[in-house]
Amino acid sequence: MGNNKLAWWIVGLSTACGVAAFFGFKMKSNDQTVFLPGDTTHGHYQIEMACSACHTPMMGVKEESCLDCHAADLKAVNDSHPKAKFTDPRNAELVSVLDARNCLTCHKEHVPDRTHAMGLTIPDDYCFLCHEEIGNERPTHEGLTFDTCTTAGCHNYHDNSGLYEDFLSKHLDDDDINHSGAVRERELIAFLKKGGSTFKPLSESDADAPTGKMGSKELLGHWSETAHAAAGVNCSDCHEQDESWSDSLGHESCNSCHSLEVEGFLKGKHGMKLASGLSAMTPGDARLPMKHSSFHEELSCVSCHDDHRFDTRSAAVDSCLRCHDDQHSRAYMESSHYSLWEEEMEGANAGTGVSCATCHMPRIEVSENYVKRTLVQHNQNFNLQPNERMIRTVCASCHGVGFAIDSLADKELIKNNFNKRPSSHIKSMDWVKERALKN
Amino acid sequence: MLGTSLVTAAIFVGCSQPAPPPAAAAAAAPAGISPQKMADALHAVMESDRTVYTRNVVNRLVKQEKVIKASEHWEDDKALPLPAQMFRMGAERVAEKNAGFTYSLLSEWPINKQNTPKTEVEIKGLQSIAASKGAEPFYSEETLGGQKYFTAVYADVAVAEACISCHNDHKDSPREDFKMGEVMGGVVIRIPLDS
Repeated sequence: MGNNKLAWWIVGLSTACGVAAFFGFKMKSNDQTVFLPGDTTHGHYQIEMACSACHTPMMGVKEESCLDCHAADLKAVNDSHPKAKFTDPRNAELVSVLDARNCLTCHKEHVPDRTHAMGLTIPDDYCFLCHEEIGNERPTHEGLTFDTCTTAGCHNYHDNSGLYEDFLSKHLDDDDINHSGAVRERELIAFLKKGGSTFKPLSESDADAPTGKMGSKELLGHWSETAHAAAGVNCSDCHEQDESWSDSLGHESCNSCHSLEVEGFLKGKHGMKLASGLSAMTPGDARLPMKHSSFHEELSCVSCHDDHRFDTRSAAVDSCLRCHDDQHSRAYMESSHYSLWEEEMEGANAGTGVSCATCHMPRIEVSENYVKRTLVQHNQNFNLQPNERMIRTVCASCHGVGFAIDSLADKELIKNNFNKRPSSHIKSMDWVKERALKN
Repeated sequence: MLGTSLVTAAIFVGCSQPAPPPAAAAAAAPAGISPQKMADALHAVMESDRTVYTRNVVNRLVKQEKVIKASEHWEDDKALPLPAQMFRMGAERVAEKNAGFTYSLLSEWPINKQNTPKTEVEIKGLQSIAASKGAEPFYSEETLGGQKYFTAVYADVAVAEACISCHNDHKDSPREDFKMGEVMGGVVIRIPLDS
């Protein structure tokens, strides 16, 4: 009996020690998957190993962690429901129904069975909680069900910059396709010149790499034809960091001249792991289908911008298709958008072709040091949160707004990379027209 | 502009507290400035800045000189923000700063229905300032979300032609007959009280 009791104690203690050692080891290790309570959303799974990016040591959630990454974007699109609206005491009653002061009320993490589009984890009809009366204010909205407000292509909770009524009313008479449309030109050189920079073009003989580090004749040839050489960017400008030479370069080297581009890269799915202090993203880690041949490639600026050539045209299509292998990507080569891209490659006007980057890394106008300039937004997710953000930043450059709204709401059409006209029709434009005629 | 002035006013109010009276006197008269005085001071700044912007910027440049437009979508339209938006943007910045008070602009005839008075004090306050034609502010206390507030409601009056023409012509406005000098709505200032 006594022996039996002792044996149980030994078994019990050994198990406890084993479990403690296992979790203790796991807490110190890089692989902390064992602590994940459930699958992480598409938006965050890449950084799920950086627990402290969102969690306190006791596994609470830091509210500011959401805002660290998303606040600037929300501000930029003039968030329709900013926190300040709900900290006003007059809205205390609304807050008691839906606490819109806190991101986590609607966006919980690690609950895959109740997560829908945009990481929403409450039922789709939440608009009802505050806008129950809308049918009385807007006769067109009478009888509509509240689960359609944000799912039918008409409204979003945060970003309505391409959907608000007065914007739509300016575009009621748009043609579906504007054949003379084009996207805007980039303006980095002009911007830097405005800031007082002067450029002395360089040739092969000017290359300043130290002895033993000078690249091949071919490599020097590539560099001498780039915008870098034309703008006076020499070998040492990129390769010498903190006065020591480095052969392989990360995004830090690009940052001194392309800080906003790098910032975008680090915010998107290509760079967010690096931004969280994790190892670089590889296509093999992606949830979307990727080509096996590139599974183990680590993503940095030069993965897409072939180093020493820095050909932005190949970065806009070839680099994407080297990895991406989903239906939408595969269908691109059959699309009218690709035909236009081919035409641009053969000499048609700049900005008239439609590459992968045209839509997913759009050229947007930003204000830097109170000077406006156009740059490439390198956060590939910028236009997909939600996809209606493309209307203004991209589609409207060449398409009617109504046509764009219909197209972006047609899921099959998206899969097939816009190979025909949209089959769905969103009524918002009709209703705007109806009201415009009445007034 | 407006936000900064308001914060300056708040600091001014905070700094202008008299030196602490002797202990015996303190029991009789509470130290510091009363919530009503603070609300009145804040409103004086708000109302002045709001009138200056409406008359000297918007009305002058839009209605008189006709050199620029004012628009609800001022960024998209490359235009001046509307006076009500200017006011709200300031209020939003103050809210983000947790400045110790909040304020809003409401009306019984709002263009945006979210700005309809809804608490009992807001409803009474808006009715009261309209009835007195803006002569008297309305003061009260209310409890919202478990917190007690001193709430003051001040008349918001049509001070320029731009106010009435925009509200009378807006497709979502419930009234088309506002006149100059008329009470169009009210500014509500809330100061949390220790329970």
